[in-house]
Amino acid sequence: MLIFEQSKPGRKATAQAPLNRADVSAIPEQFRRKQSAALPEVSEMQAVRHYTRLSRKNFSIDTQFYPLGSCTMKYNPRACNSLASLPGLVSRHPQAPASHSQGFMACLFELQEMLREVTGMKAVSLSPAAGAQGEFAGVAMIRAYHDARGDTARCEILAPDAAHGTNPATAVMCGYKVREIPTGPDGDVDLEALKAVVGPQTAGIMLTNPSTLGVFDRKIEAIAKTVHEAGGLLYYDGANLNAILGKVRPGTMGFDVIHMNLHKTFSTPHGGGGPGAGPVGVSERLIPYLPVPMVAKDGDEYQWITENERPESIGRLTAFAGNAGVLLRAYIYARMLGREGMPRVAEYSTLNANYMLKQLQSVGFQAAYPQRRATHEFIITLKKQAKELGVNTMDFAKRLLDYGFHAPTTYFPLLVPECLLIEPTETEDKATLDDFIDAMRSILEEATVDPELVKGAPYTLPVKRLDDVKAARELDLAWMPVVE
Amino acid sequence: MPFIPHTEDEVQEMLAAIGAASIDELFDEIPDSLKLSQLDAIPTALSEMEITHLMAKRAQQDGEPTCFIGAGAYDHHIPAAVWQLTTRGEFYTAYTPYQAEASQGTLQLLYEFQSMMVALTGMDVSNASLYDGASALAEAVLMSVRANRKSKSKRVLMPRTVHPAYRRVVRNIVKNQQIELVELPFDPQTGVTDPACLAQYAGEDFAALVIPQPNFFGVMEDVDALTDWAHENGTLAIGVVNPIALALLKPPGLWGEAGADICCGEGQPLGAPLASGGPYFGFLCCKQAQVRQMPGRIIGRTLDLDGKVGYTLTLQAREQHIRRSKATSNICTNQGLMVTAATIHMALLGTEGLERAAAASYQNTQKLVDALTAVPGVEVLFDQPAFHERVLRLPAPAKGVLRSLAAHNVLGGFDLSGDYPELGDAILVCATEKRTDEEIETYAQKLERVIQLQGGVTCGLVPKE
Repeated sequence: MLIFEQSKPGRKATAQAPLNRADVSAIPEQFRRKQSAALPEVSEMQAVRHYTRLSRKNFSIDTQFYPLGSCTMKYNPRACNSLASLPGLVSRHPQAPASHSQGFMACLFELQEMLREVTGMKAVSLSPAAGAQGEFAGVAMIRAYHDARGDTARCEILAPDAAHGTNPATAVMCGYKVREIPTGPDGDVDLEALKAVVGPQTAGIMLTNPSTLGVFDRKIEAIAKTVHEAGGLLYYDGANLNAILGKVRPGTMGFDVIHMNLHKTFSTPHGGGGPGAGPVGVSERLIPYLPVPMVAKDGDEYQWITENERPESIGRLTAFAGNAGVLLRAYIYARMLGREGMPRVAEYSTLNANYMLKQLQSVGFQAAYPQRRATHEFIITLKKQAKELGVNTMDFAKRLLDYGFHAPTTYFPLLVPECLLIEPTETEDKATLDDFIDAMRSILEEATVDPELVKGAPYTLPVKRLDDVKAARELDLAWMPVVE
Repeated sequence: MPFIPHTEDEVQEMLAAIGAASIDELFDEIPDSLKLSQLDAIPTALSEMEITHLMAKRAQQDGEPTCFIGAGAYDHHIPAAVWQLTTRGEFYTAYTPYQAEASQGTLQLLYEFQSMMVALTGMDVSNASLYDGASALAEAVLMSVRANRKSKSKRVLMPRTVHPAYRRVVRNIVKNQQIELVELPFDPQTGVTDPACLAQYAGEDFAALVIPQPNFFGVMEDVDALTDWAHENGTLAIGVVNPIALALLKPPGLWGEAGADICCGEGQPLGAPLASGGPYFGFLCCKQAQVRQMPGRIIGRTLDLDGKVGYTLTLQAREQHIRRSKATSNICTNQGLMVTAATIHMALLGTEGLERAAAASYQNTQKLVDALTAVPGVEVLFDQPAFHERVLRLPAPAKGVLRSLAAHNVLGGFDLSGDYPELGDAILVCATEKRTDEEIETYAQKLERVIQLQGGVTCGLVPKE
């Protein structure tokens, strides 16, 4: 039942609003609304009960194993939330002067410095609001760099066919054409194909390493050399930074610009779809173009760096300082990990992934790249099951829900047929991984004996499979009051 | 090890299953030349207790000054239940609802959110959020250029009464697509975009006209005339609105003869704390005709195999994970948790509650203006109908006055001299329903003192003790 359907006109059982209704008759009629907005009118308890009940219809990290590949669904420490919500921090107005912001700015400055160190970049700006905005900032900086040199013929961004959809979408937002680079049979970028297409039109390449195929591109140094020699720059999509945190730095690999997804690697909450935070780091030559604001330290005092101090900056991408509260949570997490905890993130997420891959293979599943090490995630392909049993990846995913596991990422990357991209993260214990492997083995048995059972899943959730075609054809995007 | 549950025995069992001698061996595909040895510049780990001490100190350091700044972020009361519910693990630690059957909580909530925004704005549809108000306006501008089939120009009219940071963000985001933003001046007497100044552009090709309501100065624009002008010129009307103000003001869907085509804005006043500027969320609503040009997630109501009602992500063919380089935007992760808070906030306040919060903010700003303009030399600029912000001109340098007030723990307003030097020593002040009469009185007293000390008024007033 919708909250609107519990509404009764005239109910005012709320203590949350001002006690009295102030007079607004001085606002001229022409500006005022004639009819009140039809928001629900419910009591506090009704609202609390309604949203508590709704919350229970969700799978979440706190309630389920959530091995959604490329999303790094690791445990979100509670201290990060409670400390970022201290009154002095949540009540700070974004336009408060630096004199009343030194505590907050100290956190941002130290986070900039830690991210700089762990990525091997020369400078970091925290301001982009999410990964895709970080990508935008990165490609906009590449553009600003070429433009400033008068090198305006570079009209193309390269991206592997395995790239996240945000990569090509971002390149287009920055006014570039996109050219796809094929992947070789071993999962690495096809270097010869890359060499064939780089040239004076190449502005840069967007790479994720480890790639979305769950393998580390072993030829990264050759790729960097090839692109750099053609005058292009290298962009690192930090979606998979968890796999190499504290082990390898994008700066060492030769990247000129990177974004990080703090809601992935630095464990800030995914929130049902955000907020994220997408800080960017750059090599020396891109420093002037970093997005603002940033924080500088002068003696003991922290200062804002804005458009005024950085006239060549690509500017600001949100009205204030990006998702500041997310940055604080990431800062707290990073301090709790410390220098010794960061490499452990990569180590144990990689251990978990390789263990799962091995065990899933041993119960009859096919790895997409069996000759390769898994990184923090890996792909299995259900091509065989789809062909022989008529049970496809989506069926497996839906059946997993009945077993109490969130499904891995399905049908991505697009170049591996019938794939599941599985990312366990470092915060899961062996018993949980074993339970998941058992569930997969069991579903494989079901698929062999009774494929219809799997194809009809899920059975135990608030709804069965939903009619997506109807949703898109007969659009119903908002509740409308019934006219009586 | 913080957050890592493995025992040494388990590690050994797992390595044995993999057939590796050590965890290090799992990284053997990475060239040795790339491997990192140390992270010297990162401090060693802190326990929860230690980080608690540190953060408590940092939070305390910033004090909790009384805030009379608005300028895009507003200090409204947030019901206690909002964040208690929002931080339930089932909301807080879920992700984008790709598996609809396992995400009905988030999906239904987002459908309710879309419905509430439709009710507030009078538009046909809403998306499920963008990053913030400024980036939402950038997306609205990009959307208008795609959606306006009559226009070939990629030119958009942008009044100077739109928040200066929003104008910068829009420029930064759209400039690489050769979209030209044409600035519209405001009337120096009234502080609004004068519909008459549009006459010079009649017959020219523009994709859209941006219309802020209330505008950055808090003043009401003649939205009906502006919307009608846009439509008469084959231009789309994009409203930029404050969702709390909408409880009282005419919804964009009803502006002029035909209503705005797109509206967007900052969702922060609906349940998000000030929190240094984020996370907030941007909202974007439009007419049905433009829904396929919308950026961001959209949730639809549908049926399951048994004919039971359920909710799912829909129109995904607009989005980057399907359409890649032809997507309507690159946005992926949005501001889901903030929308969760906003939905619960609106449900708790309801129609009447939101109207009362808006009316009280309006009234408090009036009280603030009355109290401050009683200080000699302080005057209201743009004496026009306004919502909960006002421009005041000070008889002393604005920067210095604001700095002195801050030293007395009052954030006195937003200094306009940087963005609008022509206004002189002008500040933008705001008092939401949270500011008390006593706080307003204290501000007025301190302002009087500070102005006297800065020598702003030279008529021989004796400083009060």
